[in-house]
Amino acid sequence: MIRKLLLAATLLACAPAALAQQVAITGGRIVTNTTQGVIENGTVVINNGRIVSVGTGAAPSGAMVVDAAGKWVTPGLFAAFSRVGLAEIPSEDPANDISAGASKFQAALHAADSFNPDDTAIDVSRIEGFTRAAIVGAPAGGLFGGYAAIVDFTGAFNSIDTREAFMLAELGEGGASTAGGSRAAAWHWLLTAIDDAKTYPRGFEDDGEGDILIRKEAVALKPVVEGRVPLMVEVHRATDILQLLTLRQREPRIKLIILGATEGWRVADQISAAKVPVIVNPLANLPDRFEILAATLENAGRLSAAGVTVAIADPGQASHNTRLIQQLAGNAVANGMPWEAAFKAITSVPASLYGRADLGVLRTGATADVVIWDGDPLELMSSPDAVYIDGVATPMESRQTKLRDRYMQVNEAKPQAYERQ
Amino acid sequence: MHLWKLLPLVALAAAACATTPRPMEAPEAAAASSEPVKPLVSRVAYSKDPYPSTYKPLPAEDVFIRNATVFDGLGGMIERGAVLIQGGKISAIGSEAAMTMPAGIKTIDAAGKWLTPGIVDIHSHLGAYPSPGIEAHQDGNEASGPVTAEVWVEHSIWPHDPGFTRAMAGGVTAMQILPGSANLFGGRGVIIKNVPGRTAQDMKFPGAPYTLKMACGENPKRVYGYGSGRFPGGAPFTRMGNVAGYRDAWQQATEYKRKWDKYDADFDAWEKKAKSPAPADGEKKEDPKDPPNAPDRNLELDTLMGVLDGEILVQQHCYRADEMAQIIDLSKEFGYKISAFHHGVEAYKIADMLGANGICGALWADWWGFKAEAYDGIRENIPLVHKAKNGCAIVHSDDAYGIQRLNQEAAKALADGNKAGLNISKAEAWTWLSRNPAKALGILDKTGTLEPGKNADVVIWSGDPFSSYTRADLVFVDGAVTWDRANVDSQPVVDFELGQPGEGDVK
Repeated sequence: MIRKLLLAATLLACAPAALAQQVAITGGRIVTNTTQGVIENGTVVINNGRIVSVGTGAAPSGAMVVDAAGKWVTPGLFAAFSRVGLAEIPSEDPANDISAGASKFQAALHAADSFNPDDTAIDVSRIEGFTRAAIVGAPAGGLFGGYAAIVDFTGAFNSIDTREAFMLAELGEGGASTAGGSRAAAWHWLLTAIDDAKTYPRGFEDDGEGDILIRKEAVALKPVVEGRVPLMVEVHRATDILQLLTLRQREPRIKLIILGATEGWRVADQISAAKVPVIVNPLANLPDRFEILAATLENAGRLSAAGVTVAIADPGQASHNTRLIQQLAGNAVANGMPWEAAFKAITSVPASLYGRADLGVLRTGATADVVIWDGDPLELMSSPDAVYIDGVATPMESRQTKLRDRYMQVNEAKPQAYERQ
Repeated sequence: MHLWKLLPLVALAAAACATTPRPMEAPEAAAASSEPVKPLVSRVAYSKDPYPSTYKPLPAEDVFIRNATVFDGLGGMIERGAVLIQGGKISAIGSEAAMTMPAGIKTIDAAGKWLTPGIVDIHSHLGAYPSPGIEAHQDGNEASGPVTAEVWVEHSIWPHDPGFTRAMAGGVTAMQILPGSANLFGGRGVIIKNVPGRTAQDMKFPGAPYTLKMACGENPKRVYGYGSGRFPGGAPFTRMGNVAGYRDAWQQATEYKRKWDKYDADFDAWEKKAKSPAPADGEKKEDPKDPPNAPDRNLELDTLMGVLDGEILVQQHCYRADEMAQIIDLSKEFGYKISAFHHGVEAYKIADMLGANGICGALWADWWGFKAEAYDGIRENIPLVHKAKNGCAIVHSDDAYGIQRLNQEAAKALADGNKAGLNISKAEAWTWLSRNPAKALGILDKTGTLEPGKNADVVIWSGDPFSSYTRADLVFVDGAVTWDRANVDSQPVVDFELGQPGEGDVK
């Protein structure tokens, strides 16, 4: 039965007709993430990869009708911070492109150039409702982790949307260690790198080097210091956050995003006043490190209540369990974040952080990334029945579902290897 | 079973001081008997419990909890259920309508709430790898050699690890702390109650058996064979080297046990002769000669011998199905029992074998892919192990964050299992969290289910514990409240957190 359903989904995804035909998803509980709010018993119409309409009207004649009665219909989930597609097996160097500590280049590196659309974690993430992600490498051998890309989770060769979504950098304990041993060294490094990029090519004439950056690294940071691409900085300690916020005065053009902000609740008003968005892991509640002694399960809710723009992700689970972002959001709700804010934190907020107002929402004209769920998408026991990317239903199977199907029965007459999934 | 285990504790304690056989003078009473005899000698024996539990239950009052949705831990559910706790034990459980509430007892109305047995995490490193995870706190892997069965993880436990209180807030009432997985034999694990204490002994679960951590696969061969000089290096380099390492150690343990068995038998015979009365006919009593010499003590082999004697339960870290099958054969070769495979990312491929051999699978809901031996992880692993004939599935954490939400891990596994058509109830799934881990730890007679006479280790949840939005409201260990979400006086703050930012905050 399961296999038949999977087959049907595959056919649906592969049939050229599905691309052209108008689809109407009817009868579901629609979470729009717009001023339309939640629409009960609504209809979402999709055509040519775009949302045509969202409302309570009947399906247009000629549209293929997908009955979603009793289901939830939402925008596709958008992972605000992920490493899917960068490491098939993180512990094996040849299968891991997350970081390049031995490279002389760091800021100039683009995750898009490492991204593998055949990575098995893509299907694994997509069938849990994720349609897009910001993927990025990790800092190693410098403060910068390079450029993040926006990718879709179709697994297609052309699944890179944006090559320069943000630049990643690291301060705090990690940055201090990289920069030579102290926070002061890391901060000075960051400011010097910014100055190098701002003044480039001035100062590079003699030996091709600035005060800290080599020429190509300075070139790479130009879009960041000019405010064309956001700078995402990982910081956790309250005082580290405050120091980072001083950059708003020194460098008003730089668009900051804070990654981590585990002690953010202590300086929530300052973050809010500076209009700097944050990406938090709502489950960080242990004093794992001295920079997160004040970690609390209520961080996401308190930041949200203070008016901070909050996205949710866990950089520690980025390559294979990006899908757990859904659970993180549910737990944020359990600890004081309003449901609507938590759901936006894994859909429309990350999309808009990276300039993709067409994603994470169900409104006319938006890109048709749509998920039909068998229940509340922030509930642990809910899962998608269908995932549309750019208006196309995608296969609800992964290497994991194939393994599952192969071993649902063991001790069959012939070894499992003869069984095609 | 060695006879010396039956000796009174006093004799054991006296003998425990000696590391080599040392004849002791006979007590006065024996010397004063009518017939002169050779001085008696104490049998050489060592305490099995030299670091005894000093656990004392927190102050508790009898309580009648009514109107709850109850998962009994045996797979059953009771709507409008009630549980009566008296003297720290479950004294009754059932439908409220069928129960009589003792007069004058404290009552908790649990309308809209769920009540379950406390969660037992079979795989934790709390205290041994505590928060903060600084270098000074790395006390979980005694990586000085591939076989370190002589180390006991309780000697690493820092009772002030804030992780214990976080796990409390997640409804965990007992856990097994294990050494890490660097070694083939990592050392002894210990079972603790999740209560605050000044010492590790204050947390030790009274009467629980010892356990032995073993590890398969990538970790031992990476740490030793490819240790790059950081560790001693040398064997094992390969999985076959791993198995040779286990076999070598088990062979030594077999020979060690043979020596002790022989010593005990010889001592019995000697003692019998020495104590026998002189013949009535006036013949001279036969000279019992010298007592036998005890074998030299070996702390490493003591632990392995405990396994061969069936007293110490094997907890084996193993990811791949084919390796688990090898380890099952290994256990048969040397005649011991594997209690549970831990992590078992591929357990679903041999769920039938695990069931047939009575081995539990202690598993994650969805961790996968972070290393090659975790590559074939699937989300239906736990439900598939559960569904096998005689299947015993356990949700484990191995993680200071995961331990806080084991109910959520069960929920994810259950949902995926049911979506694949396995048809498992929530009440059945609760066996993964309490009964099955208690069974694999040898403490099922004390905790893990809500049955009269068992310790009142109970959690009242704010709602359905398989929901993201549910939290543990009240946690009882031996009938005493260890955690109360509504009352800061019942929310422990460990020493480390005092005077720090966020002290006493919601955690």
